[in-house]
Amino acid sequence: MMAQVTVRFFARYAELAGCDTAAVAVPATATVSDVLDRVRESVPGARSLPPRPLTALNLRQVKLDARVKDGDEVALLPPLSGG
Amino acid sequence: MMNQLTRDPISVESLMMAVQSPERGGTCVFLGTVRNDGRVTGIEYSAYNEMALAEMTRMLDEARARWPEARVAMQHRLGLIPVGEASIAIAAAAPHRDEAFAACRYVIEEVKQRLPIWKKELYADGTATWVDPSGKTVAGGLRDR
Repeated sequence: MMAQVTVRFFARYAELAGCDTAAVAVPATATVSDVLDRVRESVPGARSLPPRPLTALNLRQVKLDARVKDGDEVALLPPLSGG
Repeated sequence: MMNQLTRDPISVESLMMAVQSPERGGTCVFLGTVRNDGRVTGIEYSAYNEMALAEMTRMLDEARARWPEARVAMQHRLGLIPVGEASIAIAAAAPHRDEAFAACRYVIEEVKQRLPIWKKELYADGTATWVDPSGKTVAGGLRDR
């Protein structure tokens, strides 16, 4: 059983990846870190992302060991500069 | 309820009207404006809209829990903002000034830590740079994103 996860890239990371979104399939026990590994395999531009980017899972910041499930949205966030 | 993310100039008046009332005698307003760093002509702001709105709601809920008598409202502007214009405004009103200042300060500090918004500085010569608050800048950002 695989989980389908949507990955979103923002700002500079979208420029590096060359796209705003990607869909990846990971095992049902996968973490955000596993999602990142899959993204690096399937999106060539994503290989130049930093090794441990800031990440969000379903609109909340999480650590890389957070577990994902089918239908989740993972976002890769460059250093925040709002305000 | 006003839009907390807007592409139009921020109206400080409407923000103040959203929080003020006769029993709140202190109102504190924070405005963040685009700074002229010499060659910067403007800043292009972009956001992860859904998460930014969710974070804003959470921050305002937290402020409400810590200062129950205070009311806080905020707006962040997106898109191209010229030097001198506001990118963010926060208004906090409370019965007394201490809570108003504290709640306003709390929200702007959380914005800096948590709001998924990014700025790209645009220069007079047509180049652009993503801003990294940790001090590093990345040259060669594409202007049209």
